[in-house]
Amino acid sequence: MEFSYIIEGGDFSKAGSASSEVKKILKQLNLAPEKIKKIAVAMYEAEVNIVAHAYKGVMEGKIDAEKVFLRFRDEGPGIEDVDKAMQEGFSTASEEVRQMGFGAGMGLPNIRKNSDSLKVSSEVGKGTTVEITSYINN
Amino acid sequence: MQTDAISKITQAKVLTKGTTESVDISYAFTSDLMSDVLTIDVSKLVLITGLNNLQTIRTAEMAEIRCILFGRDKKPSMEMITLAEKEGMVLMVSEKSLFHLSGLLFQEGIKPVY
Ligand SMILES: Nc1ncnc2c1ncn2[C@@H]1O[C@H](COP(=O)(O)OP(=O)(O)OP(=O)(O)O)[C@@H](O)[C@H]1O
Ligand SMILES: [Mg+2]
Repeated sequence: MEFSYIIEGGDFSKAGSASSEVKKILKQLNLAPEKIKKIAVAMYEAEVNIVAHAYKGVMEGKIDAEKVFLRFRDEGPGIEDVDKAMQEGFSTASEEVRQMGFGAGMGLPNIRKNSDSLKVSSEVGKGTTVEITSYINN
Repeated sequence: MQTDAISKITQAKVLTKGTTESVDISYAFTSDLMSDVLTIDVSKLVLITGLNNLQTIRTAEMAEIRCILFGRDKKPSMEMITLAEKEGMVLMVSEKSLFHLSGLLFQEGIKPVY
């Protein structure tokens, strides 16, 4: 099955609503609870990153018998040095983002920890694409 | 330990209704940093926090945390309570500091994550 959800940049009141919808789908598909938690955490981190760092974006998903694939595409400032952004502790988050309980530079490393594959590509001044793959049976 | 015992020990007021079934708790984690909360692997966790915004509830939803204890009288909004009830969570609030709440639960055998 395939789905897509719009994610508004800067709007913390809705941050997580897309992930919440997808999590419900994963539950209906009867995936293992530990697997659902890992995917939920990974996609929520990616969603919050769009809210915190970009202007607007979309989460597109594709689920088949083998895997859950999620792609987050945004229009935003992009990431200058992706390797650096992946390091734990690196963050350019604003004061507002920190007040929401985020901005510790832990999101991208946590997505990697909770998924089987993470691919980040970015163009400065244009936007960022984050692709997360989780295999269902491992 | 059940959540009603947690509210008794910490003298916290339970704010969610409809979550009739009490939730079983073994661990506690005290933090205002949701990025950090999202890295935790254990289940049966109570989150002790002073951060009362919608992302606290969303974070708990994603991380399968079924109980949140707000310290220093940081009362969650109606919107937060409604979302928590929908997710079957138990929210409670106490006037005590995060340190005090953590100490009380530690003393009663609730385990730390690290
Ligand atoms: N979608 C994005 N658009 C632009 N920059 C991004 C995006 N995602 C991440 N970044 C950059 O990478 C950095 C590290 O991201 P990461 O998610 O690891 O930490 P954070 O979002 O700053 O804090 P945390 O995730 O702990 O709340 C960000 O501070 C930001 O500079
Ligand atoms: Mg992040």
